[in-house]
Amino acid sequence: MERRRLHLVLTLALIVVLFLALWWADTHLGEFPLRVARTGAIYVVAAVAYNLVNGVTGQFSLGPNGFMALGGYTTALLILPLQQKQFVWFLEPLMWPFNSFSFPGYLFGLAVLLGGVVGAIGALLVGIPSFRLRGDYLAIATFGFGEIIFVLANNLIRLTNGPLGMKGIPEYANVYWCFGAAVLATLVVSNIANSSYGRAMKAIRDDEIAAEAMGVNVFRTKMLAFVTSGFFGGVAGGLLVSLITTISPTLFTFGMTFNLLIIIVLGGLGSITGSVVTGLGFAVVSELLRVVEAPIDIGSLHIPGVPGMRMVVFSILLVLLMIFYRRGLFGQFELSWDWVLSVLRVTRGVREWKRERKTESS
Amino acid sequence: MEARTQDGVVLTLDHVTIKFGGLVAVNDFSLDIRKGELVGLIGPNGAGKTTVFNIITGQYSPTSGRVIFEGQDITGWRPDLIAAIGIARTFQNVRLFTGLTVLDNVLVSQHLRLKSSFLSAAFQLPGYVQEDRDARERGMALLERVGLADLAREQAGSLPYGQQRRLEIARALATRPRLLLLDEPAAGMNPEETTQLMKFICRVRDDFNLTIFLIEHDMRLVMGICERIRVIDYGVSIAEGTPQEIQSNPRVIAAYLGEEEK
Repeated sequence: MERRRLHLVLTLALIVVLFLALWWADTHLGEFPLRVARTGAIYVVAAVAYNLVNGVTGQFSLGPNGFMALGGYTTALLILPLQQKQFVWFLEPLMWPFNSFSFPGYLFGLAVLLGGVVGAIGALLVGIPSFRLRGDYLAIATFGFGEIIFVLANNLIRLTNGPLGMKGIPEYANVYWCFGAAVLATLVVSNIANSSYGRAMKAIRDDEIAAEAMGVNVFRTKMLAFVTSGFFGGVAGGLLVSLITTISPTLFTFGMTFNLLIIIVLGGLGSITGSVVTGLGFAVVSELLRVVEAPIDIGSLHIPGVPGMRMVVFSILLVLLMIFYRRGLFGQFELSWDWVLSVLRVTRGVREWKRERKTESS
Repeated sequence: MEARTQDGVVLTLDHVTIKFGGLVAVNDFSLDIRKGELVGLIGPNGAGKTTVFNIITGQYSPTSGRVIFEGQDITGWRPDLIAAIGIARTFQNVRLFTGLTVLDNVLVSQHLRLKSSFLSAAFQLPGYVQEDRDARERGMALLERVGLADLAREQAGSLPYGQQRRLEIARALATRPRLLLLDEPAAGMNPEETTQLMKFICRVRDDFNLTIFLIEHDMRLVMGICERIRVIDYGVSIAEGTPQEIQSNPRVIAAYLGEEEK
């Protein structure tokens, strides 16, 4: 089909442009904006995957922090240099086999990929019992999973170093890795959402009983969405620990899931476009809102800095959104080449029409 | 002779009983439906008609008894496997995928035939792309045949009620069934729409080579198109026969209108 080829060319062109822009940013921008951008890209990876479960398939999961933790710890254990490992595990030794090797920098991609695989395996193991449940019960079961991972991370000292976590993780996650993963996650998830499998997922969201009666294997379809989201959750976790170079259980508490929930609800449940835009936006706005956590003097009134105030702002934003704009910024809208081209065609049409009118009147 | 009549039977319900707690919703229900037949199931509200459908399509497992489709015992199978083997249904209250387009609703029903793997869909590999294109063509062809092609890109939830009913039948047809179960297809329709629906059902049966089993309260539709009618009341079969026989059956009249006190 002509159209499909055109779309493919446009997509590839956009990716090339994006990476040229990243190259420019990497060489011209300072450390701080790049850091924010990388964080945003990682949020995109996690949010797009989370949206496949919550938005596209309509299953209310609260477990993405668990998948990110699995991926984060896996990648950290694989890339932490041996010397650093000896230094970090000073109370109890690190368990075999992680005490005997460390991936060099050029295997960072493999380490992140394996983080994704462990996240996917985690999703498989959690999904099998959890998807016998629906609605609120599913939310509680997946929430429990996140908490279990948290407790394990705190107590499996020989694997995770407990509450102390790890320091000195090499910072391999540059803009190319982060945005590369974001592009890959977005493409793969939107391919899935627009495929026959995605239609089956949306059918389950709209009416599970009817979907089953039309021959959709409900359990398997939910699992496919969940395992995919576990994989990209793991990838996001792996990138994140390499970005901030440390890991500890508190990095992956329920607060992380809450952030992702804000992102996908703000963007519009089921809208991948929305998750991408709000994922990047969330990272930027969180930085801008640091202002509200600093001490403020208004005349004689002195407000001391309150850490965590940003989350209050986000929470208020979420409440307002739920009251006034429940469908999120994008609803279920998806940016597609068809849409872009039709807009261009309309604007061009209008311009030509205006020009014609001008020549007629003169 | 025996073997030949056996061959013609598409669906057999063999002494099916289902209990919900103490309530016997369907009691010792047996029925044979032959290939190409158009059979009606009627009865007062709460008689257990939809429960019979739910047993056939696997939403419920019967407490006892068997469901046999084309010689295969499908009792207790999962609904999606029953759809795959060739039984499709519509619902009493329309249950479309309201957020999807008309075309996508029909495409969901083709998912069960998809051969390409999940990964080939995720990476849009040529095999999947080709299969999806074929499915779309088949979906559009089906919409043409049922007269919904113009609405293919509309959201299913935004269609007028009569069209939603029609789409639900089209969606069931897209699973390529050999037996179609229609649960009150004329519910909420005006007489004009019902007349159209009657023609539509007969045409669909002939075009798609189907056997149809339907539940309906609209007696004009039931008496007009069904060749054979089964009546149940309180989960028990009370009569079976041609439309003429049913109309004059005293037990049926009693079930619908109540018995005269003597």
